[in-house]
Amino acid sequence: MDMTAEPNPLPGGVPAGGSASVAAPANPEPLLRLRGISKHFGAVQALYGVDLDLPPGQVTALCGDNGAGKSVLTKCIAGIHEPDEGEMLWEGRQVHIRTPKDAASLGIETVYQDLALADNLDIVQNMFLGRERVSSVFLDEDGMERAAADTLAGLRVTTVRSIRQPVATLSGGQRQAVAVAKAVMWNSKLVMLDEPTAALGVAQTAMVLELIRRLKDHGLAVMVISHNLNDVFEVADRIAVLRLGRMVAEDWLSSFDRQSVVDFMTTGGSSRDVLASGSSHDKD
Amino acid sequence: MASIDKPAGELPDTVTEALSAPDLTAAAVEVIPPEILAQSLGQYLRAWLARARSGDAGVLPVAIALVAVTVVFTIVSPNHVFLSAGNLVNLFDQSAVFVVLAMGEGFVLLLGEIDLSIGYVAAIGGIVAANLVQPTPNWPWWAAIIAALLVCGGIGAIHGLIITRLGMPAFVVTLAGYLFWFGVMIIILGAAGGVGITSTVLPNQQALYGLVYSYIDPVVAWIGLVVIVGLLGGALWLRDAGRRRSGLVAPPVGLTVAKIVFLAAAGVVVVAICNVNRGSFLPIVGVPWVVPLVLVVLAIWTVLLERTPFGRHMYAVGGNPEAARRAGINVSRVRTLAFVLCSLTAGLAGVIYCSQLGGMTTNINGGQLVLYAVAAAVIGGTSLFGGRGRAIHGLLGGLVIGAIYNGLYLLGLPIQWQLIATGLVLLAAVSVDALSRRGAGSGSLAHA
Repeated sequence: MDMTAEPNPLPGGVPAGGSASVAAPANPEPLLRLRGISKHFGAVQALYGVDLDLPPGQVTALCGDNGAGKSVLTKCIAGIHEPDEGEMLWEGRQVHIRTPKDAASLGIETVYQDLALADNLDIVQNMFLGRERVSSVFLDEDGMERAAADTLAGLRVTTVRSIRQPVATLSGGQRQAVAVAKAVMWNSKLVMLDEPTAALGVAQTAMVLELIRRLKDHGLAVMVISHNLNDVFEVADRIAVLRLGRMVAEDWLSSFDRQSVVDFMTTGGSSRDVLASGSSHDKD
Repeated sequence: MASIDKPAGELPDTVTEALSAPDLTAAAVEVIPPEILAQSLGQYLRAWLARARSGDAGVLPVAIALVAVTVVFTIVSPNHVFLSAGNLVNLFDQSAVFVVLAMGEGFVLLLGEIDLSIGYVAAIGGIVAANLVQPTPNWPWWAAIIAALLVCGGIGAIHGLIITRLGMPAFVVTLAGYLFWFGVMIIILGAAGGVGITSTVLPNQQALYGLVYSYIDPVVAWIGLVVIVGLLGGALWLRDAGRRRSGLVAPPVGLTVAKIVFLAAAGVVVVAICNVNRGSFLPIVGVPWVVPLVLVVLAIWTVLLERTPFGRHMYAVGGNPEAARRAGINVSRVRTLAFVLCSLTAGLAGVIYCSQLGGMTTNINGGQLVLYAVAAAVIGGTSLFGGRGRAIHGLLGGLVIGAIYNGLYLLGLPIQWQLIATGLVLLAAVSVDALSRRGAGSGSLAHA
């Protein structure tokens, strides 16, 4: 498994004549660039020199089988784990993200699979949890309610009856929407969503995917961790595939089809034609 | 959305949940608090009844309990003495201890924890205050009360730190505290077995004794009532009207008016009862000082819980500690402070109890007091499972417990019947709590 041992000329970076990028949009400067990220827990090596670019205004899907290291990589970006090796470039500057606070101050927000909402609090209270606005010493309820309403309206989340209803009364899709709105309210630039459609029905999944497209339209960098290839092909601009802690493929959506993604996830390589000139494939 | 009421395991209803159409199915009304959706008082009442039927009844059970207890005891008490002014003022005095203890316990219940020690912590508070107004130290009465509160707050800090730093269950730590502070209390009281305060010797003792046994001049009470209702009602009206104007979520006008009218009516009834002459030889009139004292505690704790970030964090920790932790809230600090506030409030209850009894003796039953406090909070509407509770629940539940205590005493029934009655009421309250939780739980589980 040495296919990622040296840095790839990635599509998000300098266009090094990558013919795979013909069909892809113009390459924006990545908001976050990971280079050679490694992480181990005791004897277990979770990540081996992972490279990843997250460009603004693009949805990057992070795929991989169970145990591929998706969660560890996400937690490294979110500041929950600190990588052992490698560097992170945020808007071109090298940064060290050691705590969730560091991540939040850069503008990185994570929506975890369990959403982390307090059921007994209402939508406004959840969106401002831990970052309440105060006037003198008391809560500025009016200001928080207006800001929350603006954010939800900006994301066109219109299905909730009242933003003062407890989160316990929301449907799964609405809860996901509140969690996403909570994440984007803080001038965040990168939003990472962990399995955002895992527990949802068809219509609610469509609602959440639409929400993800809107985040992208607002110019945010979005990373979606998903098992569901239907969703990935529906919403992603770029796909990155992790296998056993290594980045085995990272390219524009057009370079993949479902079978090739599955091949990368399960075997680390693909012989499919669509990837004949793919950057990762060359090194196989 | 129609899927709310479905039992766990069923898939979310995807048919009725259109992509961008608002959810207008009737089911949603049953669980969303009615005051945020209703446009008029009539709509509010209908939505409220629907929600009560679905299990989350709010203050309905405690209101029914209070009315039922009052009616029953008025009928069965000799000469209907339960409803006499003298007995009702007595009831306010007796309830004050339960009310304040229940408001203290409420902080801990809000986090889904329990504090079993506050009966004897309250006793320690009463003893500290009583000892400090004895002839030898002769502290000013207010300094004695502050010292009692600080001592009790310190005890709460010890409990809270042991629980959060060592990761021990609150049940066990406060059970240990129950025994420990019981022993400490007996040591402080010493061979005499008690410490007394009277109305005759020293001004500072008089002041402490007078918390329950001195009265506000009737004219002053009426003026005070007008001022308080005017300020509170005005503030409520301005807030709701302002929110309606700015298009924020606000209750209908009728509900705001109804709240203000209810506030004024309750105040008038209480002051009118207290201003009836209840003396047999000498005239005794006026509101006991303990009544405004309890209301001040209610106001401060309500503002702390519902208007400050700290209060918001308490609800968050009670509702979902993991969400609170990820939101950057220091969960250990919130939990420790909950035990501090609980014990501190219990200390004030102890001072009131000391005033009511004219001192403290080793006969105080701290075990019964703490169970009454938990019962009062739960009867009032606080959840034993955390995340739901308000200071007003302590007031309402404390009044119910006080009324049972008082009524059974009037009937001349021995203590065992009082215990049985309180036990049954507590069981009923916990059942209501568990039922409403099951109603709400099936909704959220369906979407987990």
